[in-house]
Order: sequence, then C-alpha cells, then structure tokens
Amino acid sequence: MSGTPLLEAHNVTRRYRSGENNVHALRGVSLSINRGEFVAIVGASGSGKSTLLHLLGAVDTPDSGRVVFEGRDISTLSDADATRLRLLRVGLVFQRFYLMPTLSALENVSLPMAEAGLGKAARRTRATELLSFVGLGARISHRPTQLSGGEQQRVAVARALANQPALLLADEPTGELDAATGAALIALLQQLNADGLTCVLVTHDAALARSAHRVITMLDGRVVSDEPATPTDA
Amino acid sequence: MRATLAYASLRRHPMRTLLAVLGLAIAAALLIDMVMLATGMRASFRSLLTSQGYELRVTPRGTLPFDTEATVGSAAALVASLRAHPDIDRVSPSLGSTVQVQRVDRARSAFVLGTQPDVQGEYTVIAGRAPVGTDTLMREVIVNATLLTSLAASVGDTISVTTGRSAQLRIAGVPARVLIVGEGRFLYVPPGLPAFSAPLVAVQTFLGDAGRDRISLAMASVRADTTSASANAERTEAVRQWIEQTHARVTAISTETAIVQVEERLAYFRQLAFILGALSLVIGVLLVTTLVSLSVNERLGELAVLRAIGVPRVGVLQQIMLEGFILGIAGVTLGLGLGLITAQWLNAILRDFPGLPADLDFFVWSAEAAWKSLAMLLIASTVAGAIPAWRASQMRVAQALREEAIG
Repeated sequence: MSGTPLLEAHNVTRRYRSGENNVHALRGVSLSINRGEFVAIVGASGSGKSTLLHLLGAVDTPDSGRVVFEGRDISTLSDADATRLRLLRVGLVFQRFYLMPTLSALENVSLPMAEAGLGKAARRTRATELLSFVGLGARISHRPTQLSGGEQQRVAVARALANQPALLLADEPTGELDAATGAALIALLQQLNADGLTCVLVTHDAALARSAHRVITMLDGRVVSDEPATPTDA
Repeated sequence: MRATLAYASLRRHPMRTLLAVLGLAIAAALLIDMVMLATGMRASFRSLLTSQGYELRVTPRGTLPFDTEATVGSAAALVASLRAHPDIDRVSPSLGSTVQVQRVDRARSAFVLGTQPDVQGEYTVIAGRAPVGTDTLMREVIVNATLLTSLAASVGDTISVTTGRSAQLRIAGVPARVLIVGEGRFLYVPPGLPAFSAPLVAVQTFLGDAGRDRISLAMASVRADTTSASANAERTEAVRQWIEQTHARVTAISTETAIVQVEERLAYFRQLAFILGALSLVIGVLLVTTLVSLSVNERLGELAVLRAIGVPRVGVLQQIMLEGFILGIAGVTLGLGLGLITAQWLNAILRDFPGLPADLDFFVWSAEAAWKSLAMLLIASTVAGAIPAWRASQMRVAQALREEAIG
C-alpha cells in the first residue's frame, strides 16, 4: 500500500428526490483513500453509503464539494468524460450482479473491453484469463441464468477488472450470497487487493467489513468514524 | 458487440419479437402493394399504349378509342392524309363492331375488329397466322381464346359470321363463312369478350352502310426525333395539333394525354393507395415504438448498469436503435415476399373487372419504387426506436441504479 491518495472527497453534499421526498443523502463528507487500500463503508440503510460510492465512482456528481480521483477533480466532468473514466479506471460490482442475461460469461466480461476498443482476439484472451482467475474457466460459455449467485458475482468481478481499473467499487457485493459463497468472494477481493488493487466496498456484512484495512462508518449522510479494521469490529 | 446485445435482447422474448416482425411484414406488404398500385397502373397503361409503337390515337370527335360505337366516315381520305404527313411513319386504321358468330349449334355475339394486318397494333399472334387478303370478302379471321372456347373451335375451323340475329339467338341474314387462321391476343379487348379480327376492307364491306369507308380508330406512329425525348414529345404534340386542325371530325389523343385521362379516371385508386401506404408506415412506426419502449422499460436497470460500467450514451442509443433496425430488416424482408404474393392475388381480382383490356395490370413491380418504399419503412422503423432509445440514453445513471436497488 502506498501513501499517495488515489481518491479524495472534500466536503461533498448530495440531495436527490425519491418520490415525494427530498433526501439529503450526504451532508459534507470528506475522506481520503490511498492507493492499495481496502476500505469498507458501513452504516445503516439510508446513511448515504451507496450515494457516496456513486460519487467516488463518477456515476453521480455532488451538489457541492469535490471528488478527486488520481489527482483530477471528477465532480465536474462531462458525461462523456465521466463515462470514459468509469470504463477505464473504475470497476463496479453491484449487489444484484447485473450481468447481461442474454450474453455468456465470456461476452459479459468482454463488454467493457469492446467499449474500450480492444480487438476481438485480445478481448477473448483476457476475458478467459479473468474468468479463470475468478475460478470460472470452465464456465465461460454459460449464461447468467446457468450460473449460481456466487458464480454470477464472480463474473461481475471479472467484468469490473476487464480494463485493469485503478479502483474497484463494490456495493453490497455479498448481499445476495450465502455465507460460504460470500466468504469465497471476500477471499477473492482480498487477493485482488493483495495484488495492488484499491478496493472500496459498501457493506452490511460484518465479515466483509472485518476483511478490510479500514472501516468508514456513516450515519445520516455523515462520516461518524474512520478507523482501521480490527477483529473487535466484528 | 452492440449488434450482439441488440439481437440478444430481441431473442429474449421470441414470441413478442415474432409478432412485431409479422406486424411489420404486413405493414411492409401493404406499403409495397400500395406503391405498386399507385405507380403500376400508370406504368402498365403506358406500356399497353406504347407496346405497338403508336403514339397517337385518332377517334371520332369527342370520344375515346372504342368508348362508343361512333365511327369516322371518309376513312380512306383521312388515312391517306395522315400517311402523307412527313412526320407520320405508320397509320393503322381499324373498325370495330358487334356481330354474330356461329359454329355448328353454338352461336354468340362477338366483337369484330377490321384491321390492316401489315400495320395493325391491336393483337399479337399466339398460334397460326394473321389473316391476309385485300378483297372485300371476309375469308380469314384471327380469333381470341375466349371466342375459341365459347365456340369450341380451334385454328383451322370454319365459322359463320353475320350482322343479324334471330329471336332464338341464331344467325340471321346471309352469313359469311370464314376460316380461323390463327389465335391472337387482343391487347385492348377485355379478356372475357369474344373477339376476332379480319382485314379492314372485308369488315367494312361486311358491315354494309355501317362500315362503308368508315373507321373507329386510327393509330399513328410519329417518326422518332433522335435528339431527345422532349423533342420527340414536342413533335408528337405538333402532329396531334395538326391532325385536329386539319380534320375537324376527329380527336387526336397522344399517349401522354391518354395516360392523364386514365389517371383522372383512376385517381380514386391512387388516393386510396397513398392513404393506405401512409397508414402502413404509421402502423410500422407505432409497432416498433411500442415494442422497443416496452423492452426499454423492462431493462432500465440493465441499461443503467451498462452506462455505469462505461457504455456511453451514444452506445445505448445505438444498441436500442439497432433493435428497431433488426426488426425492420426482418419485417421488410418478410413483407417483400408477402407483398408480391398479395399483389398477384389482388391483381387477378382487379383484372376481372369488366371492360378492362386483358393486358392492363394494376400492380406492377418496379424495383426502384419497391426498394424506396421498403427503405422508407426500414428507416421509419429504425427511427421509431429512436424515441425510447433517446430516453434510455438520457437516464440518470445513479437514480436508475437507486430505483433498481429499491426494486
């Protein structure tokens, strides 16, 4: 882990409408995440974890404040630039996997590479390698419906790694998995982090939070604690 | 990859996609049929009028060819005058009337056409030969298939022809015994009408006072001006005006004028064709818009994820419009075949209308018109996907993901 910040949030706020309600999701959040860190963001439902994750991944923009990624303010990027950043520098993993149901595992993993302009042969080679890495080398032709939840989430991780991102963001990645499958996924994320990938996870999963280097706790749109993970966090 | 995604998305609901393709195919078939109908009558009529190379038709004043039983007298002088004009190449005079024909115990009315076989443009010989002879006795005739069938006759048989008819529908008066020397296809005679042709002089003599030195029609061919089509048209018009100015008893109709007159009479068909064609386009657009909108609404979360993992707006737009395009290609391809089959069927029905020339088609294949109309439908179906595609591409990714997570 190096000491240089990969990602910084400076006094970030975000409101949005949800039905009839005006939700004040983030109320001045500041944090800094170094390269190679493994950070878990925890908190109750509605505390602003997912909104923060979206801002950190350039999926959304703050109402005020700044998000700096690799030294660049990404809170004012155009949609095209933010999309390009997500494609090339950020890997996203979702609770519900969100694989394209009509594509095979190989095609799902190839999708971001195709968008990045990688040739077909190179895409196939890398997608096969990634699927082998996540333990699905024998199931590259399977569609999501032919895979278990854990396998689908591993395909989603492989997809997130497709363009060799600097940052992996995962929103409740074990939320739909049973304990054993969740543990296997945690091990996979730890391995990725050990290989140098910066990982930021939003989770309710205490085991997953314990596996991080650092746990940021949120409440009502604010960071209420930011400390290294310890066994006692469990 | 976008094409793969678009195709895969359509395959996700095969029955829905099939129904949409069928709907589009029907719209495409209707469109192509209406285009064939709108442009075909004109093309077919032009082809019919120009097939024998005559650009002008000279008829009794104020009538259309064989529209009435009116005839022009002093026919020989009229024809001679026309043939003397330096810009007139050929003149084919003809006289038509209704007579009675009989073979053994079968008798019936038939249309007789007196023509000059060497210049006539009224029929083509299918079997046997054209009648010959320049004397005043009717000896040989060429008949159409309808007359052959109704008399149970064949080429080589002899039939009786007379101008009169008894109360029992038997031949009355002194019949002429004529030999059927050939079977012909009469271009301007309705297919169900029994008809035959004999040399003009013989028919004129046979009809007595009603036919003596009279004709119903003279077709004239104008010498071609090789410089341009417009020069040709100008020359034809000049000859037409000369005929009307020189011969007050006749009307000269050019092919172009005849087409205009026919178009005026058949304007209803064209309007109907355009309205139905436009409707089919609208139906095609609505079908694709509905299907693609439905599909997009079902996949908002999926599309939001695509955007989140780095697919640009234009990528989402292209993928969804491709779905409309694929539907359009499938529908148009199927519709082309369907349209051609239904056009043949409808053409057969319309050609059975009484009084229409056998060779007049309502639905005429025109590759250019067909491709243009099908391309229009294809573009329309692609563009129809643009509205839902645009909506999907403009979605707020974070909001869509939030809503998807809430379920």
